Amino acid sequence: MRRAWGALVGALAAGTLFGLGLARSGMTDTAKVRGFLDFTGAWDPSLLFVMGGAVLVHGVASRLIARRTAPLFDGRFHLPTRRDLSASLVGGSALFGVGWALGGFCPGPGVVSLTSGAPAAIVFVVAMGVGIRLVDGTRGAPTGSLQSRDSAH
Amino acid sequence: MSIAPDWIHALQGGVAIGAASSLLLLVNGRVAGVTGIVAGALTPREPGFDWRALFIAGLLAGGALAKVLFGAAGSSAGTGVAQALAAGLLVGVGTRLANGCTSGHGVCGNARLSPRSLVATVTFIATGALTVFAMRRLA
Repeated sequence: MRRAWGALVGALAAGTLFGLGLARSGMTDTAKVRGFLDFTGAWDPSLLFVMGGAVLVHGVASRLIARRTAPLFDGRFHLPTRRDLSASLVGGSALFGVGWALGGFCPGPGVVSLTSGAPAAIVFVVAMGVGIRLVDGTRGAPTGSLQSRDSAH
Repeated sequence: MSIAPDWIHALQGGVAIGAASSLLLLVNGRVAGVTGIVAGALTPREPGFDWRALFIAGLLAGGALAKVLFGAAGSSAGTGVAQALAAGLLVGVGTRLANGCTSGHGVCGNARLSPRSLVATVTFIATGALTVFAMRRLA
C-alpha cells in the first residue's frame, strides 16, 4: 500500500519538476526550437545546454541509482534492453524530426504548453495522441503495446 | 540580443529535466520518456495507467508553476493551427514508431549511452534541420 502511494506521488513530483524544467529551458518556445535547428541561418545553440545539462545530470545519477537492487517503490527497474538499429527507429525518428521543426514542439513541451491555452498547442497535443494511437492500433494486442512501452527506446 | 541569459535558463532547465528523470528512476524504476508515458496515459484499462497519468498531470502543474515563477510557460509563435495539426500527427506517429522522443532517447537513452538513442537523436535533429532549411526557402 505504501509502495503504491509512493510510486504515484513520485511520478507526480517527477512530472512537475520535468515540466518546470522544460518551461524554463526554452524548449516550449516554438521559434527558439526552430532557431536551434537552423544550422545554416541564424543558429541559436542555447538549447544544446538543455540536452547537455540533462544528459550530464542523469548520466551520473542513473549510474548511482542503478547500484540499488530495486527502486524505492517498485520491485524492479524497468529499463529498455533493445540494442538493434531497426528501420522503425530510424524512419520514426526521421518523421519526428520533420514534425518537431514544423510545429516547434516535441511531446513534453507540447503537453506543458497546454497551460498557455494556445490553440496551436492544443491541436498539436490532440493530433499527437491520434498519431500515437494509430501506431499502437497497428501493433495490435495489448500485450504488444505493453511490451513496447516497457522497452521504450 | 542577449544570449547569455538564454544559455543559463537552458542549463537550469536541463539540470531540472535530468534531476526529474533521475527521480522517476529512483522512485518507480521507470524511464522518463514522454511519448511512452502519453501512450500509456491514453489506455486507462492497462496496468501502469495511474502513474503515467499523474506524470502528465505533473507536466501541466510544472507549466502552471512556470507561469507563476517566470511569467510564461512558452510561446507558440510561428506555428499556425494547420501546421500544428500536421506536426502533431508526424510527431505522434514518428516517436511511437521510434519508441521514444527528445526525452526518452535524447535525455534518458543518451545518458545511458544507448546506441539506439544516439542514432535516433542524430536522425531527428538532422531531419529537423533539413525541414527548417526547407521552410525558410519556401517562406
